[in-house]
Amino acid sequence: MGMATALKQTPLFEVYGKFGAKVIDFGGWALPVQFSSILDEHESVRTKAGLFDVSHMGEVLVVGKDAERYINYLCTNDVTKLDINQAQYTAMCYPDGGTVDDLLVYKLDNEKYLLVINAANIEKDFEWMQQHAKGEMALQNISNEVAQIAIQGPNAEGVLQKLTETDLSKIGSFRFVQHVNLDGITDVLVSRTGYTGEDGFELYLSASQAEALWVKLLEVGSDDGLKPCGLGARDTLRLEARLALYGQELLPDISPLEAGIGFAVKTNKVNDFIGKYALLAQKEAGLKRKLVGIEATGRGIPRHGYKVVSEDGEAIGVVTSGTQSPSLKKSIGLALIAAEHTEVGTPLKVEIRNKLIEAVVVKTPFYKKG
Amino acid sequence: MTKATATLLYSKEHEWVLQLDGNRVRIGISDFAQKQLGDIVFVETPEVDDEVTANESMGTIESVKAVSDLYSPVSGTVVLVNEELGDAPETINEHPFEAGWLIEVEMSNPEELDSLLNEEAYQAFINEGEE
Repeated sequence: MGMATALKQTPLFEVYGKFGAKVIDFGGWALPVQFSSILDEHESVRTKAGLFDVSHMGEVLVVGKDAERYINYLCTNDVTKLDINQAQYTAMCYPDGGTVDDLLVYKLDNEKYLLVINAANIEKDFEWMQQHAKGEMALQNISNEVAQIAIQGPNAEGVLQKLTETDLSKIGSFRFVQHVNLDGITDVLVSRTGYTGEDGFELYLSASQAEALWVKLLEVGSDDGLKPCGLGARDTLRLEARLALYGQELLPDISPLEAGIGFAVKTNKVNDFIGKYALLAQKEAGLKRKLVGIEATGRGIPRHGYKVVSEDGEAIGVVTSGTQSPSLKKSIGLALIAAEHTEVGTPLKVEIRNKLIEAVVVKTPFYKKG
Repeated sequence: MTKATATLLYSKEHEWVLQLDGNRVRIGISDFAQKQLGDIVFVETPEVDDEVTANESMGTIESVKAVSDLYSPVSGTVVLVNEELGDAPETINEHPFEAGWLIEVEMSNPEELDSLLNEEAYQAFINEGEE
């Protein structure tokens, strides 16, 4: 399998081979789809711990007196609610309510924020941010200088604690600590966040130190079952936890409300934000389509792009993500469908290779820890 | 991991063919193919009495990540299906050449076997693709 040289590489590219990664072209990035096997890695994260290279994600600093006001105008959630060292999941919208991206906002200081955006959207997002810049603030795209490593699973805290004197048990969900020293790897932002539905941490550090931290974590974590994991397991994990993926659940023609992340849309916050009026109108009129969890009861796996049909044969929407759930051993998916068919228990059909397979609307998340 | 025997023939679509009695053959996917696919979670093969045609799609195989077509290496009538795979598709990962076989076919045109690759030619074909 020849790998085109034009693919972008993360600072951890050189170590993939040492841990047996199968590297693929993932939206222009050379990234590991798996190390051992997707099922094995998925299981490790659910029961022990897994390590992910997520350095392809983008990072933008917003600095200045008007940083908070600017972010509150740019994003749907209410950033004024954040304490220093607290993170928030949010979205950026177009004026018509469609989604530019979903992102995490980290409040580093009263006049300094870190925005973490999707890899495929870095250029588009940064341009969008620049276009809407206002007031006394500056934007800095630091995506190339920052590496991101995620350690996820019930043993994540124990493993990470071996490397630091900072008491990790004191970091609450969506809270973080800056300038942590992890056994000589300095100035790491340790955040209790993740994308797997498990407890865990996301670590932000300088690209030049990423390899040392990766190797160190796997060394001290091996007794606790820590394994390197690829994007394949990341996708099955996030889907079981019903976490949206930009490009599938979220798109320029899908609003955050339709995608089921309305909890990150605060139309009642004090100031205006881009997309507010379109989203308000959607709310008032009632959503015409919604994202639901489905389970295929017939034989087959719903996949991205497959058509969803009602009991009486009417086309009502499309599967946005689907897989065989490794934890539940069931075929599950997310589907964006006409609102009148979204009640839990509603029977549906999914068109899988010209056959209609029985499915049903189910509660999400598909999988909950504990 | 089971090893292929020297009597297997291969298609360029990574199916293997084992000649049984007369014109009957057993068909599966190669070790190389199962490794490329990763964890196999679903297989859809034709049913008994279905006709299959050489180089045409005869079903699908899905790993956690992706869906791939299965192509029939020969033409003929399906006479036996490996029912075990319905509940345990991962058998293909574990034993691609033995317990993980897919179907048996009564060939209508046994000369089609001549266009398949032997072990050596198949290995060369794979190595070429990997460079």
